[in-house]
Amino acid sequence: MSRAAGLLRLAEGDNVYIATGPLRPGDVVRADGHDLPITEPVELGHKVAARAIEAGEKVVRFGMPIGSATQAIAAGAWVHTHNLASDYIRTFDHRGGDDHA
Amino acid sequence: MHDLPDRGRDGILGYPRTDGRKGIRNLVAVVYTVECAHLVADAIAAPFPDDAHVIGFGGCYPSAYAHRMLERLCTHPNVGAAVLVSLGCEGLDRERLAATVATSGRPVTTLVIQREGGTRATVEAGRAWIEAAVAELANHPRSPMDAGELVVGTICGGSDGTSGITANPVVGRVFDRHVAAGGTAIFEETGELIGCESHMEGRAVTPGLGAQIMARVGKAAAYYTRMGHGSFSPGNAEGGLTTQEEKSLGAYAKSGSGPIHGVVTPAQAPPTPGLYLLDVVPEGDLRWGFPNINDNAEIAELIACGSHVILFTTGRGSVVGSAISPVIKVCANPETYARMPEDMDVNAGRVLSGEATIDEVATELLDLIVATAAGRQTASEALGHREFVLTYKSAEPAGPSCLPTLR
Repeated sequence: MSRAAGLLRLAEGDNVYIATGPLRPGDVVRADGHDLPITEPVELGHKVAARAIEAGEKVVRFGMPIGSATQAIAAGAWVHTHNLASDYIRTFDHRGGDDHA
Repeated sequence: MHDLPDRGRDGILGYPRTDGRKGIRNLVAVVYTVECAHLVADAIAAPFPDDAHVIGFGGCYPSAYAHRMLERLCTHPNVGAAVLVSLGCEGLDRERLAATVATSGRPVTTLVIQREGGTRATVEAGRAWIEAAVAELANHPRSPMDAGELVVGTICGGSDGTSGITANPVVGRVFDRHVAAGGTAIFEETGELIGCESHMEGRAVTPGLGAQIMARVGKAAAYYTRMGHGSFSPGNAEGGLTTQEEKSLGAYAKSGSGPIHGVVTPAQAPPTPGLYLLDVVPEGDLRWGFPNINDNAEIAELIACGSHVILFTTGRGSVVGSAISPVIKVCANPETYARMPEDMDVNAGRVLSGEATIDEVATELLDLIVATAAGRQTASEALGHREFVLTYKSAEPAGPSCLPTLR
């Protein structure tokens, strides 16, 4: 587990970091020897792209795929339900009202 | 024995039961056998908040699963006596349940509201019986109990992006150490392990068990897919978890890194010490709705499998406890801990800020498990949380290929 200021990479080869506190646009976080500019608000526990991720590419956290990118994701961007989908079961949140069982 | 010199040896005085198990509490279970008797059961237990816990089943139609759950809960090692509260016309076989409890050597009485003369008379009769039972239970013999005799269950609820980094790996470390010390640990649940099945298969002690794990997670994925909804709540997404498999990955960390010895189903006790997966998803068609409607339905199942104590990890901040077995709350998220510290027993969020290591928090949690077993109240116990949920479902005991050979 490598620790950057505000970002945590859980395993070598992960293409996302985890925010250890709230991040804001304009923040520049030093991670794995390079500077990563943050482009949008990211809350504690949420994910940030460690590098550019292509549409359809697996997103890897702790060495395990957690789904596939639904669009191209730029390095430093927030990674969540708007650009990442499960390879198993759709995710429901309050914004996706038609997903009610 | 755990790895600190005096842990386990010094403090735990268990309540020995006729089946050889020992309890860490000595409660009266007040059991409503249909929703129509629920309020009366609550009123009977109300004067005894620490000594009498209300459990029960709301349905009027019979349910083999609910009957089995109540049998296992009324004869749980933490229970010393039981009061069954029946309306009188419901489907649950109260006589068979009472006979099972009596056979276990526990004092039991059945109050039928329609016979007793209604609400007030039943409440008075129930309270009088409990008063006498509590006095009798105070004289119950005690015997020293090793920490390795504890069955420890775990669940995560209100998970967020921190759960899989802090609290869940802490519980995993505790499980590794507890099982290595000869203890029994149970993790759940098949639907929240979707995506981890191949890794789990590799940890199974036999190829047959590995195949069972693959099949049971596959069953869970199919079941939840047909329900149209994974085991994933809006709060999970607000907390930074994006997909079912990401939530699973975090939940899976609770199981630690050791060999998996078996799979059990609700109300099935592990036959030997070791690490067990609880498969909560029913077999067959979608007859029963969601496998468990909330965390407490799952906690009840972990307890019916024999868990003396439940480790509940939470990122968003759950407040629940449970009837019958104490719930220890391990908070994953430091912001949540700062907002609601009174509801939490352990602040695992310290791992995130570098104030503590996973191992250090695991040692703190192991100490707390022993202290809880020795009688210390957990945060949820002290706040009066005694939640209990039991609904219609089916559960078939897992067969020989799921279980280690009896020693």
